[in-house]
Amino acid sequence: MAGLLIAALLQTFSAGFDPYTTQVMVFAAINVILAVSLNLVMGETGQFSLCHAAFMAVGAYTSALITGKALPNLLPDFQWTGASWASQLSFLPGLVIAGLVAALAGLIVGGPSLRLRGDYLAMVTLGFGEIIRVLLQNTNAVGGARGMEGILPVTNLFWAVGGAVVTLYTMMALVRSTHGKGFHAVRDDEIAAAAMGIDTTRFKITAFVIGAFFAGIAGALYAHAVEFISPEGFNFLRSFEIIVMVILGGMGRPVGVAVAAILITLLNEWLRDLSGYRMVVYALIIILFMILRPGERLAVWWRQFVNRLPFLGRMTGGATSEIPS
Amino acid sequence: MSPTESALLDVRNCSLRFGGLSALTDVSLTINPGELVGLIGPNGAGKTSLFNILTGVYQPTSGEILIEGRHSAGLPPHRISRLGMARTFQNIRLFGSLDVGMNVRTSFIARLHHGLIRSVRRGRAFRAEEAKISKEAGRLLAYFGLEEVATRPSRSLPYGDQRRLEIVRALAAKPRLLLLDEPAAGMNPSEKDQLRLLIARIRTEFGTAILLVEHDMKVVMGICERLIVLDQGRVIASGSPAEIRANPKVIAAYLGEPHRKGDHEESDPNKGKDR
Repeated sequence: MAGLLIAALLQTFSAGFDPYTTQVMVFAAINVILAVSLNLVMGETGQFSLCHAAFMAVGAYTSALITGKALPNLLPDFQWTGASWASQLSFLPGLVIAGLVAALAGLIVGGPSLRLRGDYLAMVTLGFGEIIRVLLQNTNAVGGARGMEGILPVTNLFWAVGGAVVTLYTMMALVRSTHGKGFHAVRDDEIAAAAMGIDTTRFKITAFVIGAFFAGIAGALYAHAVEFISPEGFNFLRSFEIIVMVILGGMGRPVGVAVAAILITLLNEWLRDLSGYRMVVYALIIILFMILRPGERLAVWWRQFVNRLPFLGRMTGGATSEIPS
Repeated sequence: MSPTESALLDVRNCSLRFGGLSALTDVSLTINPGELVGLIGPNGAGKTSLFNILTGVYQPTSGEILIEGRHSAGLPPHRISRLGMARTFQNIRLFGSLDVGMNVRTSFIARLHHGLIRSVRRGRAFRAEEAKISKEAGRLLAYFGLEEVATRPSRSLPYGDQRRLEIVRALAAKPRLLLLDEPAAGMNPSEKDQLRLLIARIRTEFGTAILLVEHDMKVVMGICERLIVLDQGRVIASGSPAEIRANPKVIAAYLGEPHRKGDHEESDPNKGKDR
């Protein structure tokens, strides 16, 4: 709740920011959603997935179709004005449905493929990502390779930051509960987990589906932020960028992953001026990040900080302060 | 070895073959509620194979397994575990990233009332259940003297404590049958003495039946009331420790006979230990 309030406040003050700053903040929030949701699959459950961008694409196209085609048909009189509450709320169904469709896609891929392990799973998810991209490229109803344009610019700081906060809270609450410890058990030792009565396949699929759901929401936010989407925007490199954020953030530390996502977004922006050399410097800085792991350190500091506050510790973290001794 | 209706575990004529190799041939055994049974045999005798078909890691090629009258062969390991059977592993398999307390709590997952959605909503019922689990896990840890290390990473514990924690984790699943796979392996003499006390306490306090696979004769002979001896995938003897000690077949299996086939198997200490 507090997070949503911050998001709402940010939105009210966003008039004071210049559009560029707002845009960067929105991208950072979207990347936080993507990275934190992938973290559930990779970091907490230990399953390698190379198709997070594909779930994002599913969400982006679904929501674009809803706000662009379905909504005008259902409510012909409806005029999108941007500032009004009704216009803002009209985004919500698109957002949720985008997440649900992406989750369904996650179930379709995850169901059969999560019986595989390691390299094999990576191959299947890589293949699935390409299938989605090629399908979109060859579907004329969504613009084919030209992509979709003229998507309503609904995404603002409230939706983006609110989405990021909700994602982060959900993920942290999830893995903190006894039930959520099942994800860690599956990651640490599948054989032992099964011997303790944990349905490992089901936990893996659940992680995949929840991850896909939030990736779909991130995709919807992205589509309505940039107003133009094309299949190329959701290729393998996009998936890889999210993976880098998760690894940088220290795999399995939601706060660290969120910080890494923000850092990488900012890095992308700062390096824009270098034009041709951008990717070279980017790669070098990533290597440096990998060695220093700032996100992971921040997460550790955060945990120590939270543990020192008794009332907050109970709410948000303190993974080690559970058992009464 | 009469299969009664009240048997906790009833293994009937189980065989396990890998291609041409017979790991287990026509194995039958029963374990009654609350019984402490030792399973012994030389290396490569099929002890771990038997464990693996009991827990569902392998499917028996033929034969059937009943846990409290319910068929378990063919079920995935987590379903078999929910029938009331928990195990420990020959090579310790703790959840390394979780602390000691959390390792114990994972055993409660299969019996949780709340789903993931309630875990996110964190309502009153959820918090009550979490508190109950914490309390129960804490009590188990205290009972086995691990409460001081509850917040330590499980990997940081001394070897003997890691073994103990694995047993506590298995007990937290409230099993009626506990399978211990070489719990004394790698322990020093004083740790072995502690282990014997621990196993005895589990029986008296929890009433759990235990099937113990062990190489260490001192441990097995000292605490088991019944022993089953496997050799080359067959049950060759079964009875009280005294009977087993005097059984010529058992002595032959362990010490070897000049004319016996398969003597070379014993020269390879790792044989049959893989899983």
